[in-house]
Amino acid sequence: MNRAVLGWAGAGGIAFAILPWYATEDGIFALGWLSKYPLDRAAGPALVQALLYERLSLLPVLPLLLAPLAIRRLRGSGARSTLLLTVGASGMTWVALQGFAVGGQPGIGIGGLVVGAALLMIFCGGMAAKGAFNGDRFVSGGIGAVVALVVVFVFYPVSRVLVGAVLDNSGAFAPREFWTKLSAREVWGLDCLVSSAGCGVAWNTVLLGVLVAASSTALGLAFALIVTRTEFRAKKALRVLTVLPVITPPFVIGLAVILLFGRAGAVTTFIESAFGVVPSRWIYGLPGVWLAQVLAFTPIAFLVLIGVVEGVSPSMEEAAQTLRADRWRTFTTVSLPLMRPGLANAFLLGFIESLADFGNPLVLGGNFHVLSISIFFAVVGAQHDSSRAAVLSIVLLVFTLGAFYAQRRWLGRRSYATVTGRGDSGLHPPLPVSVRRLVYATALPWAVFTAVIYTMILVGGFVETWGRDHRFSLRHYVAAFAVDVTEFGLIWKGAAWNSFWTTVEISAIAAPLTATLGLLTAYLLERQRFRGKEAFEFGTMLSFAIPGTVIGISYILAFNTPPIELTGTGIILVICFVFRNMPVGVRAGIAAMSQIDRSLDEASLTLGARSLTTIRRVILPLLRPAIVAALVFSFVRAMTAISAVIFLVSANYDMATSYIVGRVENGDYGLAIAYCSVLIAFMVAVVLLIQLVVGRRRLGRRAPTAVSLEGQPTSSL
Amino acid sequence: MEVRVEGLVKRYGRVTALDGVSLGFASGGLTAILGPSGCGKTTLLRSLAGFVAVDGGRILFGPEEVTALPPQARGTAMVFQHYALWPHMTVFDNVAYGLRLRKLPDADVRRRVERVLDLVEIGRITGVMQRRPAELSGGQQQRVALARALVVEPRVLLLDEPLSNLDAKVRQRLRAEVRRLQKAVGITAIYVTHDQEEALAIADTVVLMNAGRVVQSGSPQEIYSRPESAFTAEFLGVSNQLAGIAEAGGVRIGAQRLPYAGAVRGRATLIFRATDASLATDEEEAAPGHTLLRGVLEERLFLGSVYRHYVRVEGETIMVDGTEPVEGGPVTVRVPVAKLQVYAA
Repeated sequence: MNRAVLGWAGAGGIAFAILPWYATEDGIFALGWLSKYPLDRAAGPALVQALLYERLSLLPVLPLLLAPLAIRRLRGSGARSTLLLTVGASGMTWVALQGFAVGGQPGIGIGGLVVGAALLMIFCGGMAAKGAFNGDRFVSGGIGAVVALVVVFVFYPVSRVLVGAVLDNSGAFAPREFWTKLSAREVWGLDCLVSSAGCGVAWNTVLLGVLVAASSTALGLAFALIVTRTEFRAKKALRVLTVLPVITPPFVIGLAVILLFGRAGAVTTFIESAFGVVPSRWIYGLPGVWLAQVLAFTPIAFLVLIGVVEGVSPSMEEAAQTLRADRWRTFTTVSLPLMRPGLANAFLLGFIESLADFGNPLVLGGNFHVLSISIFFAVVGAQHDSSRAAVLSIVLLVFTLGAFYAQRRWLGRRSYATVTGRGDSGLHPPLPVSVRRLVYATALPWAVFTAVIYTMILVGGFVETWGRDHRFSLRHYVAAFAVDVTEFGLIWKGAAWNSFWTTVEISAIAAPLTATLGLLTAYLLERQRFRGKEAFEFGTMLSFAIPGTVIGISYILAFNTPPIELTGTGIILVICFVFRNMPVGVRAGIAAMSQIDRSLDEASLTLGARSLTTIRRVILPLLRPAIVAALVFSFVRAMTAISAVIFLVSANYDMATSYIVGRVENGDYGLAIAYCSVLIAFMVAVVLLIQLVVGRRRLGRRAPTAVSLEGQPTSSL
Repeated sequence: MEVRVEGLVKRYGRVTALDGVSLGFASGGLTAILGPSGCGKTTLLRSLAGFVAVDGGRILFGPEEVTALPPQARGTAMVFQHYALWPHMTVFDNVAYGLRLRKLPDADVRRRVERVLDLVEIGRITGVMQRRPAELSGGQQQRVALARALVVEPRVLLLDEPLSNLDAKVRQRLRAEVRRLQKAVGITAIYVTHDQEEALAIADTVVLMNAGRVVQSGSPQEIYSRPESAFTAEFLGVSNQLAGIAEAGGVRIGAQRLPYAGAVRGRATLIFRATDASLATDEEEAAPGHTLLRGVLEERLFLGSVYRHYVRVEGETIMVDGTEPVEGGPVTVRVPVAKLQVYAA
């Protein structure tokens, strides 16, 4: 026990004495700070800050870091662990307190970070020494690290939103203003019921959410039934649908809908020429957003429901049939009721997705306002009313958390799906004829429509000016992606290159971090038992239910000023991606780990391996497919994210998605759609490449199967 | 290594899995822990391994208390029901795992792995060391798992229903094999099973558990022929139970009365094995050392080696095994007095 804790204490002490305590300009890797090191006010370590610049509030940290070195003098493990707990807890509290309370300090830098980590690990060492987590230091440290990260990067920013809501824009406590903003007519007004004026944003949001959730669940069920219960030939092609939302930036569908139904859209112009109908802006508003969201989220419902439909044990249906139920009765009295929890689950997922969606309402919303958009315009618009944004965020958060809570508490334990994975032989009975016809009639036209939409995306970029001049043209691609070959090498002349490379870089940095954190959390949840595990799980999955817009605004509120000052950097984007996508990694990890029998780890433990060795030698090799999937997934999701990103981009770090949205707002659809096609193509290439490299190697029994994006929970929140 | 547990308690919410278990496991002996599912036998084994943190009591390996030690510091090795061989490693890597953790030189590792694979009699299969576990049969996989456990020379060998995943024939053969290996190595072994025949066949000592407590422990012969409670008698072998009233000199069962010389008085349970009883159609006088029960034969099943007869006696159905079939109607059940057990109900 002592050696690792002493190591951390030593590292903390060294960091205190030599690493720059505060964040340096241009970051630690720019090395510009070295010229002024170590006596400078900006780049000096804590020791120098305290002694030369009278930042005496830093000084108490040093004796705390040195205290564990005296541990050998203490008798009895009880006294030792108490020492560690006290040192860790008071150290962390002090560092945080002085960061917030003492003004005039820059943001925390590498030195502060290492010292904080050291204090945390000393605390966790103390926990393990006290006998918590079975005395396992790795587990204790892992839980401590995950909890600390989630608290700092999820709970703290969200709490800033809550606090921001009851402050006015000058920062004073204003509960009355909070109440006025919360109960405002533009939020809760019901004018649309009695007049032609629009309803409040809250009602709009819920209405859209319910419509989208119901439609996408129904369509998803139709697709799932076709794939699992009929003899339909092109099942493979339908399954491709499930991969689409993963690689499509969420607002791209909205763009394609405009290309079809907008004032200059293909369908609109055709109807005008054929029937003389005057083009209108009907698509901008509820119909357009609904259409785009259903297109975007049906594949997700499909993916969820494939599992549900397959999960109904055939023997239950066979039991009904042997009791003389015909196909129709079997379907309505056994199959469908057994799917009910799964259907409710898909509905709630669709609801959450719709509420959190930002891109489609932005592109297609028109005068139909939903919460995510209103939040955005409250911050960036002319009003610049961040307390209004905070109030609206709370409303949105209550909706999504309510749905999330319902999904987990109410449905979590009510699944009838058989997941034993063995013993259930037998075949699902074919669908009743009437149901089959209905399912074909709804799903197949929709599949064709989806195909048309994606064709639009691919074709749209090659047209001179959409709606007016449909001649083939490469000018959008040239404008975005031109490369000059000169004697100085390649010059990335196109307008899109800058944001493209930034996106790739940020995503590539975020992906391994996300996968690591996600899998570590999954390991702790799936393989360890400890008190407070339910709360731990809820906390780590929570960010899944926090809409990106809320995360975006919360990060601005929390990380714009010291002690943690990150806005305008690339780091904030990386952190944002890591914590937004972590729940997906956790789920993938849990799914994969639950297929690896626990006795495989136990065999290793009894033979004398520590838990870290067991993870490295037994669990990780078996998890390789899941690791790759998590990597691919977090990479791709980072590349397609928009809602949180749009708050956090800066001149130096512009992302592809926010660049595209900027083009759309300027009416430059050609370039936007060309850029989208390139992004999609790039991601397809990445996914295929990784599939090729990793291959579909199978391991023996009880091992997970190969990498596949199918079966991954998806979300474009 | 002698293993002792003292007053072990483990609760899961409101369920008490171990309710004050105290036991000694003889050094070099094979102890079978037997009991119905949910009796706490697996919890006991897993608390010995260190996977279950007990709520009370002590675990001692020899003089050393290991109650608070994590699994990896206890020096046990475990054989699992589903083998738990690592599918991504070869047979050699599986067996060598524990040795490599101990940082033994490669040559030593190789020598010891080869020796232990010979010991479990799969060393001669060609190229076995480079195969993956999935390429072996179930029985072979379990032999590899045994080898992996034995090769590190653990202080205690723990076996968690190691044979229940195998088909009957392989199970019979491996049962003898496990006992031979355990004796050859001379290791303290603790073997959890729910199969009473397996426990009797393999163990030096059988511990019978029920509802988190030890019901009885002793040699297989002892526990089989001198059950101390109705539960033990019932669990070991196909047994009949009749409710009655014990009095001085006899037990009343409904309208019938059997001679009885024991000490139990009042409401009692009468127990005897189906194999110990026999049937006769005609009225006969009780032979010396036997007692008679009258009843009606209701049904008969052919089980291969014997016929099992279901006889209705005073409103309850009992079973009587015999090599010859008996036809239906009124019958007399003959039970040796020595095989008849009476317990206070």
